[in-house]
Amino acid sequence: MTTNAQTDVGILARQHGRWHWSEFAFWIVVLAVGLAFPSRYLIMTEILRLALFALSLDLILGYAGIVSLGHAAFFGVGAYCAGLLSVHGLINEPVLALIVAGLAATVLGFVTSFLVIRGVDLTRLMVTLGIALLMEALAERFSNITGGTDGLQGIDIQPIFGVFAFDMFGKTGFFYSLAVLFVLFLLARTIVHSPFGLSLRAIKNNPLRAAAVGIPVNKRLIAIYTVAAFYAGIAGALFTQTTALASLDVFSFERSADLVLLLVIGGSGYLYGGLIGAAVFRMLQELFQWITPQYWMFWIGLVLVVIVMVGRHRIHAYALWLPNLILRQIAGRKAAVVLTDNEAP
Amino acid sequence: MTSILTNLFDGVAYGMLLFVLACGLAVTLGLMNFVNLAHGAFAMAGGYVCAIMVNRVGWPFFAALPLAFVASAMIGALLERTLYQHLYARSHLDQVLFSIGLVFMTVATVDYIMGSSRIFIKLPDVLQGQFDIFGVGIGRYRLMIIAICGLLTVGLQLVLSKTRFGSRLRAAVDDPRAASGLGINVPQVFAFTFAFGCGLAGLGGALSAEILGLDPYFPLKFMIYFLIVVTVGGSSSITGPFLASLLLGIGDVAGKYYVPKLGPFVIYTIMIVILIWRPNGLFGRTATR
Repeated sequence: MTTNAQTDVGILARQHGRWHWSEFAFWIVVLAVGLAFPSRYLIMTEILRLALFALSLDLILGYAGIVSLGHAAFFGVGAYCAGLLSVHGLINEPVLALIVAGLAATVLGFVTSFLVIRGVDLTRLMVTLGIALLMEALAERFSNITGGTDGLQGIDIQPIFGVFAFDMFGKTGFFYSLAVLFVLFLLARTIVHSPFGLSLRAIKNNPLRAAAVGIPVNKRLIAIYTVAAFYAGIAGALFTQTTALASLDVFSFERSADLVLLLVIGGSGYLYGGLIGAAVFRMLQELFQWITPQYWMFWIGLVLVVIVMVGRHRIHAYALWLPNLILRQIAGRKAAVVLTDNEAP
Repeated sequence: MTSILTNLFDGVAYGMLLFVLACGLAVTLGLMNFVNLAHGAFAMAGGYVCAIMVNRVGWPFFAALPLAFVASAMIGALLERTLYQHLYARSHLDQVLFSIGLVFMTVATVDYIMGSSRIFIKLPDVLQGQFDIFGVGIGRYRLMIIAICGLLTVGLQLVLSKTRFGSRLRAAVDDPRAASGLGINVPQVFAFTFAFGCGLAGLGGALSAEILGLDPYFPLKFMIYFLIVVTVGGSSSITGPFLASLLLGIGDVAGKYYVPKLGPFVIYTIMIVILIWRPNGLFGRTATR
């Protein structure tokens, strides 16, 4: 009986883990867009960075059900770490610096995860928010190291592997970010389709039941929170490396809030949600800033309110209606993109 | 010695103010379990109404204060009936998103109408300056804040514990289903309480313009303070949030005075430690709801 159940789960997991042709199409489109608009590298790099950051939040929010309002803490640590490594010339190789910055964020993530797993939603919200504010206050306190509100001065990023120098059009930065995003995406994909990932979903749906069937709930949550911190740290380091900037606003509350917003636009609980959300969100932001440079926040707020009032599920159903219609025409009745119904309860 | 007492006095005034600002949130967040990050927006609305009436229309300050209360309460009631009431049963994530959206909209709207710079309210001469009692400097304005907020606190406590409405509210919060079975109109009680809390926030916003500063980013800047008051204070009574506000007020003023660079750091650390130690707040119930 148990072996049957295990093989069933194994088969199911392997089926879900298989690459769908639409996923190949997605990455080909991303690459094609990158090649097609050489004058838009800077904003596209920004989207990739946001996408990686959103992927990080998706891991804990979409798969483990931890609502965080302070994810910028890890982003900021990654950003400052990469910046400091470069300014003081400790590690000049960008890829190595990226990993070290990610690990620095991982350490913070591991330490704070013990605080986060305690308590319920509201306490988690407050603790994550508090940690981000704490990091911001620390960065301000030690402004002799961090440069305070002016930001770190003199960040100079060396060529990648000593070959590919960062150019002013952002071409290198774009492909560098794309490569990092793709590698980390593959890793995340492996994680969420592994037995470990399945156990996370069980915890999200019902922690009590998950504990009853023998899943070590707290250990799993600590693990995924730490991994997510690593991702966020890498996203922060990418930010510093591609813009040569690191200032106090890497820790800002708006950054964490925007992140939750874009993940919700894209849909949490499936890995492409953060990627699509990042692109849509950045485009919307650009549009609103173009319409009203000073008051674009109003429209972003309105989008949020409307999304919540109408209901996230319904919005996604509307958004998928047209693509599904076309898909059905081409590929027959059964071909349709359906979102799994596992958003935060 | 006298500087310690003056700081203590300022801290108490600041804490009282925080309590009036946040006690509405103590009900929505602590009792109704609705994560309303937009609470500061109602406070800001009250502040701006008061500023407009005093500075532009020329009302006396003391006449504009009740108006700030009424205006915020009406906005609160309107939003509760149209938007908030649909979200009571939703997930915390939805509530967070919705209220952040509301904050963003408020910030941009106020910025559009009133400009982004800080607004000052013209105070009557009676409230300006300070006097000494045994060498301790007492600001008149802060003394008035302590008086008003102290009276409000006592009044609130009496209403909650002694009146029929108070017991209805407590019943509705404890178990909405059982309460409505007993014939209590739960949505009405919630709507009234929500509006009243928003009104208090508006009054607090008007009073705080002098001390905290009033600009379009007010709801974002002080959001964390309101949340600290409620989460640290717990939600079993209003005594918890009241003591938490006093602690926060005194701690913040003292922190800014004695260790200016570490001020916010100390506050956040204390908050995290308390939440880890007692997830339901210092004075909260032990069981999670």
